[in-house]
Amino acid sequence: MKPKVAFFDFAGCEGDQLQIANLEEDILALLGQVEVVSFREVMKEHSDNYDIAFVEGSCTRLQDEDRLKQIRKNAKLVVAIGSCATIGGINSLKNYKDLDDVRKTVYGEQARLFDTYAARPIDAVIPVDAYVHGCPMTKEEFLQVVKSLLLGKKPDIPNYPVCVECKKNENICAFERGQYCVGTVTRAGCNSCCVNEGTICWGCRGLVDNPNENSHKEVLIKYGQTVDDAIAKFRLYFGWQEAKR
Amino acid sequence: MKNLDLEVHHITRVEGHGNIYVNVKKGVIERCEWAVPEAPRFFEAMVLGRQWNELHHITSRICGICSIGHTLASLKATEAAMGIPLSEQDLKLRKLALHAENMQSHVLHLGYLVLPDLMGAGSVIPLAASNPQEVKIVIRLHRLANEMSNMICGRTTHPQRLIPGGFAKLPTMKELTKLRARLKDCVPDLQAVAGLFKKLAPKLPDFTRETEFIALTKKDEYALYDGDLASTDTGKAPVSEYLSYANEYIVPISTAKRAKHVRDSYMVGALARFNLNFDKLSPMAKQAAALFDLKPVCHNPFMNSIAQLVETVHSVGDSIRLIDDIEASGLQSQPDYHKPDIKVKAGRGIGAVEVPRGILFHDYTYNQKGACTKANCIIPTNQNHANIELDMKALLPKILDKTEKEIELNLEMLVRAYDPCISCSTHYVTVHFV
Repeated sequence: MKPKVAFFDFAGCEGDQLQIANLEEDILALLGQVEVVSFREVMKEHSDNYDIAFVEGSCTRLQDEDRLKQIRKNAKLVVAIGSCATIGGINSLKNYKDLDDVRKTVYGEQARLFDTYAARPIDAVIPVDAYVHGCPMTKEEFLQVVKSLLLGKKPDIPNYPVCVECKKNENICAFERGQYCVGTVTRAGCNSCCVNEGTICWGCRGLVDNPNENSHKEVLIKYGQTVDDAIAKFRLYFGWQEAKR
Repeated sequence: MKNLDLEVHHITRVEGHGNIYVNVKKGVIERCEWAVPEAPRFFEAMVLGRQWNELHHITSRICGICSIGHTLASLKATEAAMGIPLSEQDLKLRKLALHAENMQSHVLHLGYLVLPDLMGAGSVIPLAASNPQEVKIVIRLHRLANEMSNMICGRTTHPQRLIPGGFAKLPTMKELTKLRARLKDCVPDLQAVAGLFKKLAPKLPDFTRETEFIALTKKDEYALYDGDLASTDTGKAPVSEYLSYANEYIVPISTAKRAKHVRDSYMVGALARFNLNFDKLSPMAKQAAALFDLKPVCHNPFMNSIAQLVETVHSVGDSIRLIDDIEASGLQSQPDYHKPDIKVKAGRGIGAVEVPRGILFHDYTYNQKGACTKANCIIPTNQNHANIELDMKALLPKILDKTEKEIELNLEMLVRAYDPCISCSTHYVTVHFV
């Protein structure tokens, strides 16, 4: 019997589920291996009987926790897909602000109608079995994680910084170019895709398990960057992880 | 006389979730509502205090499917605020990026979301088995559009190369030439899709409700990247007047804002663009429209999907033309890790771009240090919510004699026709009868 899989989303842009559509012809191969029983973006049918649940998006409201807990109850495995789900992602930018002000900024006088709390990854609400990092996740890594899970293996996710991949790709270091980059502390696995395209690492895959803070500070000093620069960039994606540390 | 209680829970995805509520008692409609319970994300508050060269990266995350469009609207707002120039070549490349995204999004909507309704399936998944040829053609077009995004923007979703003042990295002329050949080769696939929809078009409900259409317009081209505001009711106005067009308001049942102009609602998107800018379409796109007898001004929202098909044809032709242009003037190279020299200054700028689902506005104010002090983003789907609900209210009395299942399908198809944030929208759907 093919394992039954389901897709769910919370606060996010749905760019990770879009990567499934972007598998193009490979979707057909994937459909040979799994049975999709729920995927609101693409299908009308729905079933609560599934083995693997893929969850995109952060939890940003108390009222959404019940739905997450129900998914956990129904599924044998829960997989977080994309930064919002794996680390809280860009949504956690608002965690640094007064949440009443945040609501008023967007909804004015009617702010009270719209609940919100600090954005958090889904493992802040329910246990998670596997992670597909990235903003968005890449379809290649998604397939790799799915293959591992189908084989009963633990997916192999790098726990070294993006710098390792970036050096291998022979990029000119962003610091050398006078820019600030968080690749020194960000989990690799993206093949330094953003730096390869001419920009910087923004940190979307989250902090490695044990970021080398001292060496990061040395880099800051060496290149004349300030702690303020570092804090500002850390806040883009690391908000929830930093608050927990 | 009929009683009906219908609740389509989490129908659509407008950056997520939408619900339809219908209550009919003894043939009298007591409630017919379209609500968006999506968890709000507060982008306009999140960007406050962030730097000018990060805004496009952050606001791209508003929407995965139109992340290129959000990035471009954001860059245009920042560039307008600080008077940052853009070269002719970069302008052409940005137009190519927008075509790629529109094609990708339209093909996804037509092939993966609308087609199952017309072929009586719950999703594209069974169609892959029953109609493999058609599905493969759709996938092929979708892949071409994605590879085009990748080549121009460095990624299909949340693009990396697009930065204030230009591009961090450029495609090579060789890549562009190869892309042009593939665009030319896809014409038979486009014809096949048009032929398929032509066969199925009689299944699109014949429904009209007069409304206002708003889109960008431009004298010499089918406006997508920029232009003036245009309305089928009030004519043209500069983009700086956008706030008097998109009057946003809040309804308690929805976390998504709504908008109105001179009527109770208006429509944006492919059909609005088609209605306002028909004469600027390429000859091949006009031929596609003629196949469906689609003419401006069309007030049938179900024809939005057909307008998307017409635009897809236009985007292919216009992309070929843009690559010809770039080739004729010779692709100017730039250093690796290009970072335009920009003088940061205080100011306010508005960026308006036509993205797959309609006109998108980003409006930022920056202080002297280049930090954002005020932001306003008005997304297309929010501008369509009020129009969707009024269409539902007009459609429902006309279909009350149908079965519950048919009523539900028709209302869902109506929402889907608007393609509310795709990825989002619309084929989803669990329906609860209460």
